[in-house]
Amino acid sequence: MDILVCVKRVPDSAENEISVAAGGADIHRDDLVYSVNEWDNYAVEEAIQITERLGGTVTVVSLGDSEAEEVVRREMAMGAGQGLLLVDGAFTGSDGLGIATILKAAVQKGRYDLILTGAQADDGGGQVGGMLAALLDWPFASLVNRIDVNEGKPLRIGREIEGGAQEVSDIETPCVLSIQTGINEPRYVGIRGIRKVASVEIPVLDATALGVETASVGSAGAKVRRVDYFVPVAGAGAEMLTGSTDELAGKLLDLLKAKGGIK
Amino acid sequence: MAPEPFSPASATLAGLPAKVLFLLIPLVGLAAFAWIIARRLVPLLRAAPDPRLQDVPRRIWLVLKVWLAQWRHPRYLLAGVLHILLFFGFLVLGVRSTQMVVLGFADGFVLPGFSGALGPFYNAAKDIAATVVFLCVAVLAVRRGFFKPARYAVPEKLGKDHTPEAILVLGLIATLMVSEGLFEASLLAATAGQAMPLTLTWAFQQLLSGISIPALATINLVSYTIHDLTFFFFLCLLPFGKHFHVITSLFNVFFMRIRTGNVKPVRHGVSDAQLDELKIFGVKKFEDFTWKHMLDFYSCVDCGRCSDHCPANAVKRPLSPRFISIKARDYAFKRYPIFGKAEGEPENLIGGIFSEDEIWSCTTCGACEEECPIGIEYIDKIVDLRRGMVDDGLVPQSLQKPMSALEKRGNPWGKLEKKRAEWTAGVGDGVEVKLVEKGDTAETLYFVDSITSYDDRMQKIAQATARVLTQAEVDFVVIGKDEKDSGHDVRRFGEEMLFQSLKDQNTEAIQASEAKRIVTNDPHALNALRNDYAGLPPVQHISELIALGLESGKLKLKPLADPSKTYTYHDPCYLGRHNGTYDAPRAAIDGIPGLKRVEMEGHCRDRSFCCGGGGLMLFYEPDEEQRMGVVRVEQARKAGADVIVTACPYCLTNIEDAIKVSGLEGKMEVLDLVELVDGQLQH
Repeated sequence: MDILVCVKRVPDSAENEISVAAGGADIHRDDLVYSVNEWDNYAVEEAIQITERLGGTVTVVSLGDSEAEEVVRREMAMGAGQGLLLVDGAFTGSDGLGIATILKAAVQKGRYDLILTGAQADDGGGQVGGMLAALLDWPFASLVNRIDVNEGKPLRIGREIEGGAQEVSDIETPCVLSIQTGINEPRYVGIRGIRKVASVEIPVLDATALGVETASVGSAGAKVRRVDYFVPVAGAGAEMLTGSTDELAGKLLDLLKAKGGIK
Repeated sequence: MAPEPFSPASATLAGLPAKVLFLLIPLVGLAAFAWIIARRLVPLLRAAPDPRLQDVPRRIWLVLKVWLAQWRHPRYLLAGVLHILLFFGFLVLGVRSTQMVVLGFADGFVLPGFSGALGPFYNAAKDIAATVVFLCVAVLAVRRGFFKPARYAVPEKLGKDHTPEAILVLGLIATLMVSEGLFEASLLAATAGQAMPLTLTWAFQQLLSGISIPALATINLVSYTIHDLTFFFFLCLLPFGKHFHVITSLFNVFFMRIRTGNVKPVRHGVSDAQLDELKIFGVKKFEDFTWKHMLDFYSCVDCGRCSDHCPANAVKRPLSPRFISIKARDYAFKRYPIFGKAEGEPENLIGGIFSEDEIWSCTTCGACEEECPIGIEYIDKIVDLRRGMVDDGLVPQSLQKPMSALEKRGNPWGKLEKKRAEWTAGVGDGVEVKLVEKGDTAETLYFVDSITSYDDRMQKIAQATARVLTQAEVDFVVIGKDEKDSGHDVRRFGEEMLFQSLKDQNTEAIQASEAKRIVTNDPHALNALRNDYAGLPPVQHISELIALGLESGKLKLKPLADPSKTYTYHDPCYLGRHNGTYDAPRAAIDGIPGLKRVEMEGHCRDRSFCCGGGGLMLFYEPDEEQRMGVVRVEQARKAGADVIVTACPYCLTNIEDAIKVSGLEGKMEVLDLVELVDGQLQH
């Protein structure tokens, strides 16, 4: 099975103090550190595990500036055989549809049985996977937390739905799946792993190579534009419990029962 | 001397001279033994290199102390004393056994040097030794068979109980003693000789008195044959189990580790700069261990002292150091059989004989190594196995986040570099903290490390340290944003390349500061800078500075406001066991007038019980029945203490949590040594 996994380089929310820049349309980016979007990491791990069991290839694709190479290499160090970078100044400022359009062009440059994306990105809207599937006219399933591959048969997938219940479906390939965290335990990648793949060539495709019309992507083609960023003012709803540890536990238990948190 | 009335060398068996048989037995026995040892050496020859010939005088000293003088044995008094008696009995009787073997084919043989005045003296000594050994065997058999000390138990999932093996060996030793005694006594009875009174030989001589010479000759011959056969059977049996130590312990002690605190390089002979070229990283398969580590496996006596003191084992984490050795030895014996070829392909140890959780459970506290009577190492093996796991990506999710943050931000919480010195703002009036990031320099560098820099609670230790240093008139500077985590536990968790990167960054920052010495409040940082890094100025723990300050009179402490409380000192593993600093912190505490301090007897100094582990261990979610800290707090409570003083921010974190978990808030408290001293400073 040949699998393409779409990954994104995002500011790591755990290792940054995010603050809104003056003007409100972006955050301060000077002091940020970046990493692979957490959901994408699970998607790559899942793809690697499938090909380890059943053979095939894993290609990791990322759209962005030249710094996206860093995350593609990290995912290749995990075990993805190929990388692919989609870089063009004209891609900057793309909305979800623009990104899906570019990714579609990249998909059509290769042959894939399965495309995985993260369910969402730290800084995203969880929209690209669905749009990409629609543009390709492929079936799509979101929030997937289990994939069973049976040769020659549709994929059997599990999805976590509201309330913790599990839904099981069959889906025809080729298809696009957006992957939920918890589907597996992504392996660790250290500096040594990254150095091992440091000299592997990663093809870079621009708009021309992809055959993408620059007017349809980037800020030129974007039909969704971000106008503001702000941190909501903290509400006054917090209730501070006081008392000894036992009293606190008792009060908390009562509250959780009263609000339906536990039965 | 009158010719002896009978002897094995002059006897006949089934019409043939018995000496033919008695020449054959040692020849076959020695040939078999040589073959077995050669086979046992096969894996050692395929193992990773491990140069152990540096500092031979010190190694000889260790052999004299640890091996010959059995230095660590009396830490367990009964078992230790019994072992010492057995050990010296064996040393004395080794000479007699050699003589006995030759007597089978050379009448009247005496070992060189034993023919003169030494002869009778030695004869008495060996009779006493044989008697003592025999009695010890009896006591040990009763102890093994009836009292069954808990530390010998083998959990069901880890295989069979080792008591039968122990009893068999005790039986063989008893057989040797009895047959030697009968051999000697039958001769004495026939020649009206004199045995040392009240010895085994003497008792047998009493029994045999009045028996006819031919009957004595038969007893003599039979007991000789039994002794000869048992001796070589025993010799060849040794390399098949835990009694291999009879042969290997001398070598194991000679080659034991002579430094503490450090961790072995990934591969001996490969410099840090060449690590990228290594094909094998850490230990994944048995053959990746060093030959010394394999020798450790062979040498383990299964005495259980390591596991008896292992905090992970005590709180029922899936780790018992004893079984690291036993399982690896069983594997080695299976994979490298005495006859035939190695079985199958080498398999991964993790997922095979070891589990991931087992190997992550170790806090590297070093209690096991401190206890082992023959210097078996565990920390380096655990670290090597972790290196292999990290290389294969087998790292728990709970550790991946802090590791990634360390890579990006130089601290496990991913806090901003520029905030590393923010604690200095709260240091108080009249105290100024100089910062390298502002271009300041000083004679002394205070290395703060991550937890003391960023953790709200631990920042108080940093502030107290700054005040104590100022009071002691130490001109000091702090690096600030360019200081990275020391990487101490990054290295011990197997992420060597990340450690190397942190080490390089810190080394550069420290060298740029031009400081002439380094001081730190964090024993993990102390150990990293002192034992893992190279080319740095000398490193001291703040407790050593305080002790010196009190001695010189630069620091003066006022009496406690509340003298009713009882204090105890918890030795941090990386200050005590790994760096030998036990007295300075105690001197600092005792420097406070009116302070009453008790020891957690049996659990202090080099037997200190780990708080739960530092560095990345704070993030690891172990499978355990109880927190180590809870056990520690209980030990302090039993000692009668209300206040636990420690000298490590991780110990403080773990013990503080444990007090809460134990429901002892308000009844017990924990504080750092520097905070205690800072509070009593007389300005």
